[in-house]
Amino acid sequence: MEWETVIGLEVHVQLSTESKLFSSAPTQFGAEPNTQANIYDLALPGVLPVLNRDALKHAVKFGLAINASINNTSIFDRKNYFYPDLPKGYQISQLDFPTVGKGSLTITLEDGEEKIIGVTRAHMEEDAGKSLHEDFHGMSGIDLNRAGTPLLEIVSEPDLRSAREAVTYLKKLHSIIRYLDISDAIMAQGSMRCDANVSIRPMGETELGTRTEIKNINSFRFVEKAINYEVQRQQDIIQDGGRIVQETRLYDARRDETRTMRSKEVANDYRYFPEPDLLPIVIDQAFVNSIRATLPELPDAKKTRFAKEFGLNDYDASVLTNNRDMADYFECVAKSSGDAKLAANWVAGELQALLKKNNWEIKESPIQADRLATLIARIKDNTISGKIAKTVFEAMIKDSSNVDDIIEAKGLKQITDIGEIAKLVNEIIANNPEQVEQFREGKEQVLSYLVGQAMKLSRGKANPAQVNQILREKLK
Amino acid sequence: MIEKTVAEIAVALNAGDISSVELTQTYLDRITQFNGELNAYITVCADSALRQAKTADEKRAKGSNSPLLGVPLAHKDIFCTNGVTTTCGSRMLHNFVAPYDATVVEKFNDAGAVMLGKTNMDEFAMGSSNETSFFGPVKNPWDTKRVPGGSSGGSAVAVAADLCAMATGTDTGGSIRQPAAFCGITGFKPSYGRVSRWGMIAFASSLDQAGPLCKTAEDAALMTNVMAGLDKKDSTSIDKPVEDYTASLSNSLDGLKIGVPKQHFAEGLTAGVEQTIREALKEYENLGATITEIDLPNNHLSVSAYYVIAPAEASANLSRYDGVRYGYRCEDPADLEDMYKRTRSEGFGEEVKRRIMVGTYALSAGFYDAYYRKAQKIRRLIKNDFIDAFDEVDVIIGPTSPHTAFEIGTKTDPVTMYLEDIYTIAVNLAGLPGISIPAGMADGLPVGMHIVGSDFAEAKVLNVAHQFQQQTDWHQHKPTAFGKEN
Repeated sequence: MEWETVIGLEVHVQLSTESKLFSSAPTQFGAEPNTQANIYDLALPGVLPVLNRDALKHAVKFGLAINASINNTSIFDRKNYFYPDLPKGYQISQLDFPTVGKGSLTITLEDGEEKIIGVTRAHMEEDAGKSLHEDFHGMSGIDLNRAGTPLLEIVSEPDLRSAREAVTYLKKLHSIIRYLDISDAIMAQGSMRCDANVSIRPMGETELGTRTEIKNINSFRFVEKAINYEVQRQQDIIQDGGRIVQETRLYDARRDETRTMRSKEVANDYRYFPEPDLLPIVIDQAFVNSIRATLPELPDAKKTRFAKEFGLNDYDASVLTNNRDMADYFECVAKSSGDAKLAANWVAGELQALLKKNNWEIKESPIQADRLATLIARIKDNTISGKIAKTVFEAMIKDSSNVDDIIEAKGLKQITDIGEIAKLVNEIIANNPEQVEQFREGKEQVLSYLVGQAMKLSRGKANPAQVNQILREKLK
Repeated sequence: MIEKTVAEIAVALNAGDISSVELTQTYLDRITQFNGELNAYITVCADSALRQAKTADEKRAKGSNSPLLGVPLAHKDIFCTNGVTTTCGSRMLHNFVAPYDATVVEKFNDAGAVMLGKTNMDEFAMGSSNETSFFGPVKNPWDTKRVPGGSSGGSAVAVAADLCAMATGTDTGGSIRQPAAFCGITGFKPSYGRVSRWGMIAFASSLDQAGPLCKTAEDAALMTNVMAGLDKKDSTSIDKPVEDYTASLSNSLDGLKIGVPKQHFAEGLTAGVEQTIREALKEYENLGATITEIDLPNNHLSVSAYYVIAPAEASANLSRYDGVRYGYRCEDPADLEDMYKRTRSEGFGEEVKRRIMVGTYALSAGFYDAYYRKAQKIRRLIKNDFIDAFDEVDVIIGPTSPHTAFEIGTKTDPVTMYLEDIYTIAVNLAGLPGISIPAGMADGLPVGMHIVGSDFAEAKVLNVAHQFQQQTDWHQHKPTAFGKEN
């Protein structure tokens, strides 16, 4: 039987704010345990929450970026459960009235087809702390640094049909969030986390199958692997005549498998009710407009503009706009160098390779946009050849002095002086009588050999077009 | 001196008739002498009180004369006090030393008041008799076999027996007004949101409100002047300017329209209390007020709605007491679940556990609509009744409690106890200001009169109460055993 996979993702994003969602404690990652938790985060008796306005702004910004409805009134609720890293014994979340309502985003599938993925809602909530099980000799430690960090939970519609699609959606979400600069969204650090709801059904069926929820997936790659594993597992069960149990499963990356975490039967009753310590958030149009005014150009719009303005093909436009810093970098190089095509080749080619090799973010690149632009300009004005440019590029990684100085110091400046090139050509003709003879007999392809020799002799610095031209003249 | 009101003490301190240190020492001596019997205080802060008093005297010597400077007060043990044990009347917090001050505490500190100690209360403010305290029941100074009311019973007794000049309390369903009535003092609950809840240990967040317990409406005005105001740390506190509540105390009541709810003079009201309140209403007529009977048609639903909403909120508010970070933790827990279960079973008393269970049930899947949601609808209806009533009248007056103080140990059925607050609970559900003042005596025990105003009509309520106290001396009646200067 042919099966259709149905996937919905719940993505938690830690919003980058100076302080926590309801307290003034800082939110920095990686501090000593319990140094970033104040009396509110510790849930001392008598403390009260005060909403961080920046978190609200971030949530609204995200909503606007995915064309979602922003609810005029949103309400915080208490989600009750006991856990040692949940100090109040409840998490403040939003149940029936989230800040962000229905929206959508567009993903590009492998075949180039575009697909719209619905976003059901996005709501604000507090993160929990962490339990530490090592170094405590049979006891557990609690670190509340993360407790109260603002999260935006983004819930998709079950519109995704394969693990690949899910990852593509997740990457698009990541790209938008980074563009908006509302979260670091680093999966390895937990500032972006993903739960996947997965079910299968016979192809053509409209009813949804029983779903399982996979938790604890902390990389794009694992999202794909976990879903693929789960889909196969569900198919095997159904084909063996079994039925899927609705449950929460944990992805174990080491074994590349999912396994039962808790079944629905023993699921918590969270006893949600409206948080009486906070008033409903009432958002007026002026506030929404003020946030809208801060929206940057988003990846889709930028891609379209790059294609049009710089004549990029679809692939280059995509690659260069996935990441906002990369796009800004490219745009700077394209504009300052005056050659968008070369800029695209260099940024998507050499530069990308360099970053990848060293695991650098674009911001960490030792070659800043203005320097790469100069390098490209020097190719364009024939100061250096494209090939020499690669040598200069290599040198620029370690040498932060200006590009012209590097070219000068290394003596890499292209030889364009006709007399000097003629001298080179004469030498080549003298040294290669056999090839000269062959060319004169009509063997046209020998010319490129002779040009090559001349270039070699000049250590790549001679202008190849001029060498070609002068060689032809002399061999006439 | 100890019989004087806060206003009178301020005059005496200013005149140099007495120093704050002398006054503080007098109260501390009385606490030493009588607290063993009355059990009004859980913690007494003698050393720090005398230090504060000394500072107050020094400030006064330098020309400062703010009204509460150097006046000794007691805080209900529900307010967090920096460096001082804050128990909330519970074993769960018997060892909890708060690392910060509640906003109310901070405001009294800033005003230069002297904190004598922390007063006894029903555990987590859950009770109407002060019998649920882990630290034992508080005794009513009018008759020590009787309860002082609750939950702010310790504060009420401390004021009534002159173990302090003034005290703070909190009122979720009547916890300031009912003990004030039982102890023959003045107890005022301002509108919800008027006084910050920061640092006040939560029972039911949408109902809890701090207020003063003291000898007169004038003192209540002086205390409210200090307590009230917007607090950025409490998102439910109201951004409304604070009036000088003493400014309008002397306003004439000529033409005042008083509403008397027929529901508050119905079955269950004892004859002595009814007669006392009717007499008191005549005083108002003498002052030029008119009395009209009004209808609060949903009043009879208030106790039921309250006992869904308050326990529901409490069930979540009290989840933080899990033995993980502070407070009581059971001995040698076998594992996490065992720690939770035993810590909470052993740390909480019966009434608190009952309400956590009720609240948890009311919020459970499948019951939420039938209980919590319905209770919230009733709450809206009750509020609307008041809005309608205040279209017709300026204040609503009735008895604070259907009867006078009852004997300790006589109300063992929880529902009977819950009905204690039948006249006061609706005011919390509607978030209105309400005061209880002594209106007379029945069978040798004080009777409280309940005056309720519309939203943020604190000044009006205090004015109406003050004018009664200008005509009568019920607020000056004292329990004989503890009333005399020693």
